[in-house]
Amino acid sequence: MATTVLDPAHAGTRSRSVLVEWLTTVDHKKIGIMYGASAFVFFLIGGLEALLIRAQLAGPNKDLISPEFYNQLFTMHGTTMIFLAVMPLSAMFFNFFIPLQIGARDVAFPRLNAMSLWVFLLGGIFLNASFIWGAPNGGWFGYAPLSGRQYSPGVNMDFWVIGLQILGIASLAAGVNFFTTILNMRARGMTLMRMPMFTWSTLVTQVLVLLSFPVITVALIYLMVDRVFGTGFFVPAAGGDPMLWQHLFWVFGHPEVYILILPAFGIISEILPVFSRKPLFGYSAMVFSMAFIAFLGFGVWSHHMFSTGMGPLADSFFSLATMLIAIPTGVKIFNWIGTIWGGSIQLRTPMYFALGFIAMFIMGGLSGVMHSVAPADLQQTDSYFVVAHFHYVLFGGSIFAITAGAYYWWPKMFGRMLDEGIGKAHFWLMLTGFNLTFFPMHFAGLLGMPRRIYTYPGGLGFDTYNLLATVGAFVLAVSILVFMWNVVRTWRRPADAPADPWGGATLEWAIPSPPQEWNFTEEPVVSGKDELWTLKRAAGVRTLPEPARSDGRGIHLPGPSWWPLIVAIGILLFMVGFMLPRPWAFPFGPVGLVGFVITLVGIFKWAYEPPDAHATPH
Amino acid sequence: MRLSTATWWRPGLVRVLVLPLLLLALAACAGESYPQSTLTPKGDFADLVDALFRTTVFWAVIIFVLVEGALLFAIFRFRGRADDPEPEQIHGNTLVEIIWTVIPAAVLAFVAVPTVRTIFDTARIPETGPDGQAALKVEVIGHQWWWEFRYPELGIVTANEMHVPVGRTVDLRMKTVDVLHSFWIPQFAGKRDVFPNRETRLWFSAREVGAFPGACAEFCGIQHGRMDFYVMVDEPAAFDGWVATRQADSAAAAMRPAAAPVPADSLAPDAAPVAAVDPLVAEGKQLFMTKACAGCHALGSAGAATTMIGPNLGGIGTRKMIAAGWLENTDENLAHWIQNPQAVKEGVLMNVPPITDAEATALVAYLRTRQ
Repeated sequence: MATTVLDPAHAGTRSRSVLVEWLTTVDHKKIGIMYGASAFVFFLIGGLEALLIRAQLAGPNKDLISPEFYNQLFTMHGTTMIFLAVMPLSAMFFNFFIPLQIGARDVAFPRLNAMSLWVFLLGGIFLNASFIWGAPNGGWFGYAPLSGRQYSPGVNMDFWVIGLQILGIASLAAGVNFFTTILNMRARGMTLMRMPMFTWSTLVTQVLVLLSFPVITVALIYLMVDRVFGTGFFVPAAGGDPMLWQHLFWVFGHPEVYILILPAFGIISEILPVFSRKPLFGYSAMVFSMAFIAFLGFGVWSHHMFSTGMGPLADSFFSLATMLIAIPTGVKIFNWIGTIWGGSIQLRTPMYFALGFIAMFIMGGLSGVMHSVAPADLQQTDSYFVVAHFHYVLFGGSIFAITAGAYYWWPKMFGRMLDEGIGKAHFWLMLTGFNLTFFPMHFAGLLGMPRRIYTYPGGLGFDTYNLLATVGAFVLAVSILVFMWNVVRTWRRPADAPADPWGGATLEWAIPSPPQEWNFTEEPVVSGKDELWTLKRAAGVRTLPEPARSDGRGIHLPGPSWWPLIVAIGILLFMVGFMLPRPWAFPFGPVGLVGFVITLVGIFKWAYEPPDAHATPH
Repeated sequence: MRLSTATWWRPGLVRVLVLPLLLLALAACAGESYPQSTLTPKGDFADLVDALFRTTVFWAVIIFVLVEGALLFAIFRFRGRADDPEPEQIHGNTLVEIIWTVIPAAVLAFVAVPTVRTIFDTARIPETGPDGQAALKVEVIGHQWWWEFRYPELGIVTANEMHVPVGRTVDLRMKTVDVLHSFWIPQFAGKRDVFPNRETRLWFSAREVGAFPGACAEFCGIQHGRMDFYVMVDEPAAFDGWVATRQADSAAAAMRPAAAPVPADSLAPDAAPVAAVDPLVAEGKQLFMTKACAGCHALGSAGAATTMIGPNLGGIGTRKMIAAGWLENTDENLAHWIQNPQAVKEGVLMNVPPITDAEATALVAYLRTRQ
């Protein structure tokens, strides 16, 4: 297949194979789908890791899994779910829907967008390939000096420190891209305060990415040169300081939490008004509270470090700053309830998950406030109480919202409705399984069960709670299977979803499902918030007439390109060069050098490639 | 379709709401004991934390009930049909926004004030404890994967079981010789991490006599899961007896002829002078030297100045647990541990030459005399 395409006689014609089409695409919608598909596979891998962990902890003193493998599992579970599942699942929605919501034909930098995808995907495969040689085993937080060469001599933590740098490149490039796209490519009339809330949440998230990822990049480079070249940034014997790692990690790590949850806020703020048939309550309060959360998110990192004994002044500052976050977060929850209050609530599947999100997120938020109470946190930190807390915000929050978004936007992405009956079964199984898994962990933690232990003794009262959690985890797994069944079942049906199945308020519902490559045949002009509702009200209809498909004549789109993929491969090789043993290692060996040359040549060729070199004629 | 949806989502809701209560009831009925619980404080530091935690839970429960209640009410009350007319289009209300910004802020003040007070209260190490005496100084040293306890004023060292007198404030100064660990005895105090390059402090005083389990709470490598320890809270007289025993237990004493009697004030209930010549004990002592045990383990609690690779074995014969809080200190377990440390704790830094069952029996017999 590939050879025919590389044949110059065929290049640039419509006979390009489907595979080549997807490998070279710069279409934000295809890129979004690939983000979603690969992130879902990583989500399944991370879920499988979680099931193994829960099986091992089903009872006291089990030896189903060796301690070494257990440590690899929980390290990879955390790393995978954060960097390879929740972040790219959000990126799926950014990619597919930001241009649609702002009335644009693509993102600001389409080829950079493709490069972000390939760097992310290759980085994710690289991280998971580590299981062949020994997966990372020092925790997703990689605390020094355990993550240094002396205490982690194997390749395990090399995979982690290099894999995260690769993923960071993808995140930063996407951050620049979406920040620019939202600020520069909005339709005429769409002022900032008329943007849909999902677009707002994406914008704020990119600001967080752009300000926090450089910090972790610096920390990871320090750690990498410690490990590879024997420097001593975090090596106490050489005068380095493990506390420096903790500060750098959490200056990134706390904003990262909001990078995971703000897109969820955006999705929920789209769904609640549509299914309540009533506009979002307190739009500007929602915008400012989100910006305030993001701002405060950079001033609370040390609440992850209360047990390090920073002293009463620092503890007080970070305690109070953390408590402050509860105020804008509360404002968001109250406004969501205010949105459905007095509405005409249509209980369709996306609404089930959105309401489930609110209910679960309240619990995660309240246990979060408990952690801000520094002295009480001395008992809770690094116990299962924390595990319960962050799963209530990350699963009960982010994953419930992403699932809500999947049901909501599925017809737009694929032109098919997901089944309502199976969807509701999915919801009830997931809600039950989720609470059965994570609610008991609050008690296990308060009863003194530390995190990250591969087993526990009987007689401490942990047994019942752990058994319940294990049963719940398998119920959760079944709920995911039900979702997959829903996808497979509805995929066999013809693509017949209407342009606007839910009575939407935003621009993506004004164009056919699935959208044509150029999104909008005519660039829209916006006159206010909830533009589509305004149009429908003016026309006196519940649904606008089905938009006609056009032939796209005269519309110029950027052409496909191989260079983003090639540059991504170059970056991967360059980074892998750092972990290979001599004589293969960079800068003394060939692999890193080859990667460096590929990257450099790729960027050069990319820069001089005409924008429509391989464009299909319209 | 509408009907069926309506009937099966209500039981589902009930299931979710009742679940937490069921769990609690289940746990209560099981009649289990919770020796590592943060909810049953047995010391002043933990009391301060617990009072604060209960304040927080009080407010959290009120907010939980009100907000989840409002959410559920709205879902039931404002449920619409597809063909209902458009509801009133309300875009917001500034007064309401102000109210639900100010009220949470006020509630937070009720938590924030005691929080800051408790932060400062727990940071201050009391000079005298409930018993009116000066604090007992203990140095805590974390190792992969065991805890070393040194009593600088008393000149003794022990491992994995820290003895303290009831009612006396214990002033802990902590560090690690390798990676980070976190020292946690939930019934007495919150966690405190230990660092290789800076000393951290913690304090507590115990209100009850007994054996209280603790654990390492910072991930520290392959055996983080089995890095437990005990705090043995003794009556003051018993503590003084333990100290005297430990002070008499020097390395030189350990090397005296095996026939030497055990100190009369030994903790062992059936402590009788060891038979004049017990060949098994003598053989065990010999093996302790020849099987490389002595390379990593100090035998005496007194005068053991340098930190060794393995735990100090002073009084190992009468300790409650072995292998860092993981195995009951029975003859059988001790023999098993000596022969197969990697089977009990994969990756543990204890590597032993092959030891036969007979040799293990002799080593156990010898270690039992170390009281």
